[in-house]
Amino acid sequence: MEQAASDPERQLQPAPLEPLGFSDPGLEAAVGEEAERSREEGTGDGMMTENNFWLKKIEISVSEAEKRTGRNAMNMQETYTAYLIETRSVEHIDGQSVLTDSLWRRYSEFELLRSYLLVYYPHIVVPPLPEKRAEFVWHKLSADNMDPDFVERRRIGLENFLLRVASHPILCKDKIFYLFLTQEGNWKETVNETGFQLKADSRLKALNATFRVKNPDKRFTELKHYSDELQSVISHLLRVRARVADRLYGVYKVHGNYGRVFSEWSAIEKEMGDGLQSAGHHMDVYASSIDDILEDEEHYADQLKEYLFYAEALRAVCRKHELMQYDLEMAAQDLASKKQQCEELATGTVRTFSLKGMTTKLFGQETPEQREARIKVLEEQINEGEQQLKSKNLEGREFVKNAWADIERFKEQKNHDLKEALISYAVMQISMCKKGIQVWTNAKECFSKM
Amino acid sequence: MSGGPPRALPSTGPHSLRDMPHPLAGSSSEEAVGGDSTPSPDLLMARSFGDKDLILPNGGTPAGTSSPASSSSLLNRLQLDDDIDGETRDLFVTVDDPKKHVCTMETYITYRITTKSTRVEFDLPEYSVRRRYQDFDWLRNKLEESQPTHLIPDLNAYKKQGMALLTRVGESVKHVTGGYKLRSRPLEFAAIGDYLDTFALKLGTIDRIAQRIIKEEIEYLVELREYGPVYSTWSAIEGELAEPLEGVSACIGNCSTALEELTDNMTEDFLPVLREYILYSDSMKNVLKKRDQVQAEYEAKLEAVALRKEDRPKVPADVEKCQDRMECFNADLKADMERWQSNKRQDFRQLLMGMADKNIQYYEKCLMAWESIIPLLQEKQEAK
Repeated sequence: MEQAASDPERQLQPAPLEPLGFSDPGLEAAVGEEAERSREEGTGDGMMTENNFWLKKIEISVSEAEKRTGRNAMNMQETYTAYLIETRSVEHIDGQSVLTDSLWRRYSEFELLRSYLLVYYPHIVVPPLPEKRAEFVWHKLSADNMDPDFVERRRIGLENFLLRVASHPILCKDKIFYLFLTQEGNWKETVNETGFQLKADSRLKALNATFRVKNPDKRFTELKHYSDELQSVISHLLRVRARVADRLYGVYKVHGNYGRVFSEWSAIEKEMGDGLQSAGHHMDVYASSIDDILEDEEHYADQLKEYLFYAEALRAVCRKHELMQYDLEMAAQDLASKKQQCEELATGTVRTFSLKGMTTKLFGQETPEQREARIKVLEEQINEGEQQLKSKNLEGREFVKNAWADIERFKEQKNHDLKEALISYAVMQISMCKKGIQVWTNAKECFSKM
Repeated sequence: MSGGPPRALPSTGPHSLRDMPHPLAGSSSEEAVGGDSTPSPDLLMARSFGDKDLILPNGGTPAGTSSPASSSSLLNRLQLDDDIDGETRDLFVTVDDPKKHVCTMETYITYRITTKSTRVEFDLPEYSVRRRYQDFDWLRNKLEESQPTHLIPDLNAYKKQGMALLTRVGESVKHVTGGYKLRSRPLEFAAIGDYLDTFALKLGTIDRIAQRIIKEEIEYLVELREYGPVYSTWSAIEGELAEPLEGVSACIGNCSTALEELTDNMTEDFLPVLREYILYSDSMKNVLKKRDQVQAEYEAKLEAVALRKEDRPKVPADVEKCQDRMECFNADLKADMERWQSNKRQDFRQLLMGMADKNIQYYEKCLMAWESIIPLLQEKQEAK
């Protein structure tokens, strides 16, 4: 698992591999809701510390995929794919791994886990899932979800997702995540019991905030802009790459026709026959080599896709900030207006239009007792409002601090991963060129013997 | 032209070409206008070469400087002598440098013909003249008339850089005596005929495949040209990744250029040669047909004699002449076929090796491009 970088700004981020136990007051503000929830769920089945889950290194793999049929919520028969998740703990001393848990999950359960993480960790760039449906396919690839190649690539993608979560300094400690890996039955109910769906921000609210927020942190605005551009450019790249793959496939495959015609031609030749025949064989080799080449390239496409989806996760964090900021601005506005009302009542001056003021004018002044009562109510509300504003402010600042810390972590991860992806892509191209040189050199030799 | 088989058989005999005027003889003094025109060929009585009385209009000045060898050697090789199984050649001819001539009456193109030879028949080691398409046509006709039993390579003009339109194959057939039907082709000639049919078919298929490959490669190139720049666009929004992404973009650009070179080469060098061979084999088939006609004529005459029931033991002269003609034809044709086969083998070896070479070069260029950016991609950034 990754070690969190030691950084004063990230003091609120606990270092990984520490046993869970939210006794540290410094962690309170940071983990907030999640600490509450964990403590709630900690009762009964024991804290995770008992299992020493995080003290040992763990290995997670999604090792198999299996077609299943079952009945869905509407009691209709359906076919789906289930994935086997195996967790191994690795003993430090000798590096041997022991299988500790093994269970089957389907894609929808992964989705549920992610939705939960999004709600409870809004300040984290939550790793994305592999695509639900095959997109950016080039013609030979199937767009069918049941296609074995698609299932295989999805298996790898799901494994990657789990590894990303497990190696995240904060997400790895989550109880629900732990249960996902260890408790086959009843997990869905457990997640739903957290009531996370209710805690989710409505899309409408979020959209509203985006348009109306006045002073979002500039960094988040820029980041949102970046994530939009990243999404756009990677989509474009993936689309064109799929077309390139299509064309390259065509070029290689047509060469296979040489194999056949050279063979036919060699039949009517005396001295040229052997050379032609063997050259034809090399043309066949050339034509069939493209299948493996393009399969390898799919891994590159998958790496790009992960970051395409990560862009969405980035945007989600920015939206949360906007929402919180908007909330804050609204609360401040509300407080200011209440204070003003109070002031007006106290001093008797009416600076702003109010219905009360109008009715007072029309129907006569209220009694001093009535006014006192109103002032008192307002003062209470103002007090409350000030408290709320303070806590919202604090929340907002904490959010910005923590979110930005995770964003920095994400940026480094992204740069590292994409560089690696580019290197492996270049290596693939080099291998393809070398194969091409080999085949044509062989063919040339055959031709020379004609 | 030297005889094919070691033993010279009497043929119908060449006509003396002195009796046939050059089509341009009357109008040899054309006014040449225009910037890049050269004087039209004059008619001089040249020395004949070989042991036949052929006259070629010879004009112009001997070449002062040697001309560069033309890139497509097959196209420009006018083999006028036999070269079976690696005999040393002592006559080299190249055709290149097309030039446009604009005159009052017409516009035409001439080609420079450079002839190098060590033969004693040539006064000078090197000649350079200009001839136009009409002249080539004239030469071909003369050669066919004087040497009907030999295969004269088809004067195939194909559409390429202003050369004249395709001549109709089978010109020589018009010289054949018409009206005789052949009962059956002797086995060996039937075999040649079958071979040529299949050969032409296979070449046709290869032509189509090659065209299809070029088409696919061009479409691949179109996509690559869009693909590379997207990495540039991406690089513009990144910080640490900017250089690596830009590097990848440039790399793909280099590969695109290399691919374009490959498709150009295949279009310009590979396809035309292939097509010439298809026409060449069609020519051969026509010679075979001619041979059939000659045999038919002979057989018909023989039959006629037999039917006349003359008890003269001696075969009439004209039948004997026919038989001679046929034997000659057969011998010449077999010789030509051997030579054709030898040329074909060499030419295709060269052609296909060339194709392999072009592909190897393409991949080598791409390999170099990708290998050169690996260090760039692996570079660690100093400042954060």
